Amino acid sequence: MSDPFTFRIDGVAVTAKPGQTIMEAADAAGIYIPRLCDVDGLRHQGGCRVCTVKAGGRSVSSCTQPAEPGLEVENNTEARNRVRRDLVEMLFHEGNHLCPICEKSGNCELQAMAYRLGMTAPTRFPYLEPCRDLDASHPDIALDTNRCISCGRCIRASQDVDGKGVFGYVGRGIHRRVAVNGDNLADTDAVLADKAMSVCPVGCIIRKNEGFRMPIGARHFDHGLIGHEIEEKSK
Amino acid sequence: MTETLVDQRKARVATVSLAGCFGCHMAILDIDERLITLMGLVDFDRSPLTDIKTFTQRCDIGIIEGGCCNEENVHTLLEFRKNCDVLIALGQCAIMGGLPAMRNAIMHSGEPLRECLEEAYISGPYLRNTTRLIPNDPVLPLMLDKVYPCNEIVDIDYQIPGCAPSGDVIFNTLAGLLTGKFAGFDRATLRFD
Amino acid sequence: MNISSLAARRTKADIAEICARLGNDPHRMLDILLAVQDANRWISPEAMDAIAGAVGLTRIAVEGVASFYSFLSLAPKGRITIRLCDDIVDRFAGLAAVVAAFEAELGVTLGKTSADGAFSLEVTPCIGMCDQAPAAMINDVVATRLTPARATEIARKLKAGVPPGEALVAGFAALTPYQRAKAMVDDNIRLAGPVVLGPAPKDAGLRAAVVLAPAEIIRQVEISGLRGCGGAGYLSQRKWHFASLAPGEKRFIFCNADEGEPGTFKDRVILTERADLVFEGMTIASKAVNAREGVMYLRGEYAYLKEHLEEVLAARRARGVLGRDILGQPGYDFDIRIQMGAGAYICGEEGAMISSCEGLPGEPKTRPPFPVTRGYLGYPTVVNNVETFAHAARILDLGAQWFHDIGTEHSHGTKLFSISGDCARPGIYELPYGTPLRELLALAGASDAAAVQVGGPSGAMVGRDSFDRRLSFEDLATGGAVIVFNAHRNVLEIVDYYMSFFVHESCGYCTPCRVGNVFLKKAIEKFRKGQANDDDIQYLKDLSDTIIETSRCGLGTTSPNPVLTSLKNFPLVYAALTRPTVDGVKATFSIQAALDGARDIAKRRSYIFDKDYSK
Repeated sequence: MSDPFTFRIDGVAVTAKPGQTIMEAADAAGIYIPRLCDVDGLRHQGGCRVCTVKAGGRSVSSCTQPAEPGLEVENNTEARNRVRRDLVEMLFHEGNHLCPICEKSGNCELQAMAYRLGMTAPTRFPYLEPCRDLDASHPDIALDTNRCISCGRCIRASQDVDGKGVFGYVGRGIHRRVAVNGDNLADTDAVLADKAMSVCPVGCIIRKNEGFRMPIGARHFDHGLIGHEIEEKSK
Repeated sequence: MTETLVDQRKARVATVSLAGCFGCHMAILDIDERLITLMGLVDFDRSPLTDIKTFTQRCDIGIIEGGCCNEENVHTLLEFRKNCDVLIALGQCAIMGGLPAMRNAIMHSGEPLRECLEEAYISGPYLRNTTRLIPNDPVLPLMLDKVYPCNEIVDIDYQIPGCAPSGDVIFNTLAGLLTGKFAGFDRATLRFD
Repeated sequence: MNISSLAARRTKADIAEICARLGNDPHRMLDILLAVQDANRWISPEAMDAIAGAVGLTRIAVEGVASFYSFLSLAPKGRITIRLCDDIVDRFAGLAAVVAAFEAELGVTLGKTSADGAFSLEVTPCIGMCDQAPAAMINDVVATRLTPARATEIARKLKAGVPPGEALVAGFAALTPYQRAKAMVDDNIRLAGPVVLGPAPKDAGLRAAVVLAPAEIIRQVEISGLRGCGGAGYLSQRKWHFASLAPGEKRFIFCNADEGEPGTFKDRVILTERADLVFEGMTIASKAVNAREGVMYLRGEYAYLKEHLEEVLAARRARGVLGRDILGQPGYDFDIRIQMGAGAYICGEEGAMISSCEGLPGEPKTRPPFPVTRGYLGYPTVVNNVETFAHAARILDLGAQWFHDIGTEHSHGTKLFSISGDCARPGIYELPYGTPLRELLALAGASDAAAVQVGGPSGAMVGRDSFDRRLSFEDLATGGAVIVFNAHRNVLEIVDYYMSFFVHESCGYCTPCRVGNVFLKKAIEKFRKGQANDDDIQYLKDLSDTIIETSRCGLGTTSPNPVLTSLKNFPLVYAALTRPTVDGVKATFSIQAALDGARDIAKRRSYIFDKDYSK
């Protein structure tokens, strides 16, 4: 049972160890599966659904679905990417994602995913335009949950890595959002060095005094599509 | 590319800047010497570049910079839709409202427009407005309740993303559309900022 | 020390007492919060701090749970909370007038709490009383068949200080829990079938099971062909089988009594009239998979049944068919506790139900692992529906083959259908699987049915051309709900309501369900306003496809069904409402509405868009 086995992603044979998820095996093989809530070093959530693949004919989130011997996985096809583009666009419209005024622009994974998936057509989705209060109470960190995409990375990082529990979800459905363990961020034991403060994929957790410091051209996604580091492994 | 274009009838293009900063129009000039190639392909009709204020005839392409924040923007956009076969939203403001659309979400009251104007002209902490009045000259167009992306008011056929879009993206997209060869954007150079 | 800080100290002491009573166990969070809500009428930030301290969690973890469930409140609620059932059936049965009557008599508007803190008036999704709509919960009791006059009368009594139960039923306090339930809510059993609602000898199934080996019990369930009655229709034998094989120090039997699908109320009737059969089925299952603990997850809306169920459990313990050494068999121990829900449809999903029982927000769990291998607290857990357990008890009594011979090739036995809406005889009908929809409609007196929602909103809306289809997993599947609409009803009003239901009940964990359903509802609103064009029909389909394909659990994979099935079966309704776009201008944009605010502020009219600008 502990022997490695193979399965196929878009026809390419991939080796996996028992217990590995489809995404973990794909990463190791240099095949990139788009994802937003999942990130190295934190447990899987399976919430954003951007990593949805067809595995054995069923739609599953590849970050949580175990690889199985002989499994046929469909990943990088127009049909899968269309659905992913819809999800990314939903996230853009759920919050207030005004790239030109956001200091995360260029380093933002949501934006980079929109580039990779080609989100350029006139939208058919409405904008929900939330108006949640900003939390600028903390000396080093600010929180704009209008930009939150509910990836939950900060929650998992604070709980599992920092051992603190600064963040958590509150509410249900479209009202579900990230909140802090106290009346505001200054009321918590959050510090800038926390892992939780460095995992936000968007401009929701803002590290004060760092905004726009990196010039255009030098930002993370100015050079290469999101996921290219993984894809380069196979070259 | 150039040779295939010379024989064709020149396309008629109109442009306008609505609730934008004119940066996207400046970016059109960023296509540099390819402007000469482009001029071989198109004639400009109504546009700030030609200073023609009204449509002289029906146009093939209308290029819109900026979204709509007031009634005059809407009026102009409707004119463009009526007089152009293809409408292109150029830049983030036209596409999704851009900077002006910040006012759509930052207001928490039941009367967001009033709150916006009061903060801008009366209560904002860094203001020196000795009249303590909100400007209301009759020639000022009335503001809309919020800032609308163009796509929420009229059908938009294509979008060129960016703030502002780079000269390359503008040229490649226009040249592609004019020659019927537009096959989407190069994802590596796509930018929303 | 002032009075308010004294009160705060007392509250803190009360909360510590509540938490201690529940073992300061974070897994009992829902019980703790319900008790605090009950005592204080809300969960204050101070209360959350106190709970967090007592059970060893962060406050945000407590807040996450408290803010998830509809019946818990983060703002003060009235001493009496009236929750009117807002289902589409109730709306069609005159809900608006009943709301108006309550508002007028109590002096509080819908969604608000009266200034003196006496009353809160709000709406809630289907409370399982569609056969006697309009209905409402008043704290933990239920008022049915409301009229404006009855609402006024009840409100007057409540204002006069009459306790809610007494305000509904004279002599309430003197009645047994069973009598109270019966006095408030009619069973409306219109047709009793041979399996669940027919006469059943006490404990017969359990007596038959007790002499069988666990594998033989599972074998009997396999032969019977029993499938889950909650809607999904998974083979019960498989769940029992896998759970019996899964390694684990403990195993659990969960009964899903969270029927929240709008239009479903069969479990309400089973729990009222056949609770023994359900507990018997759970006890049989415990023998089959070697479980010692059972949990019945009872939806908050059915709180009025809790005392009755506790009495049934107590009687079973006294009779030796529950507890230690069941039926005298040494070591055959099994007991059941009732876990109250708190207003969350999603908790009908088995993973979400388990999360809820663990003291978490009711979010589905990542699958795999499945509950049968890693369920409640990580132990193998069988989750079956109320009706499924009742069937299991009867199968062991009357024989697997007998059950198997009823019904169709892939759907065996009988099914309880809850019929409501536009029909003369709404209520419960127990019929064999395979019964044509037309036959059921005739029995219920639904002579002018034009559209029928089979299986509730997550099922299908069908028209007259489908009435000969058969109610079974092979054809028209349903967890039991059959809602009838006559030709005067507006199909899109129904679809719009059902989408609002799913928006309200989505847990929010995954993007497509959280956001996509909001977009779908907005798109339906566009149709209703006459602002849609032909492209919008394709948009509905595309958006639905994305939601179905990528959602994490059954809620999202079925929530577009009201849209998709009505599009398929009532295409003309949609077509009639679409208009071609004129001059490329979006019908959703209204320049007049967009200018209203500015006209008001500037105190002048538009020189472009107002024709009478000169005035």
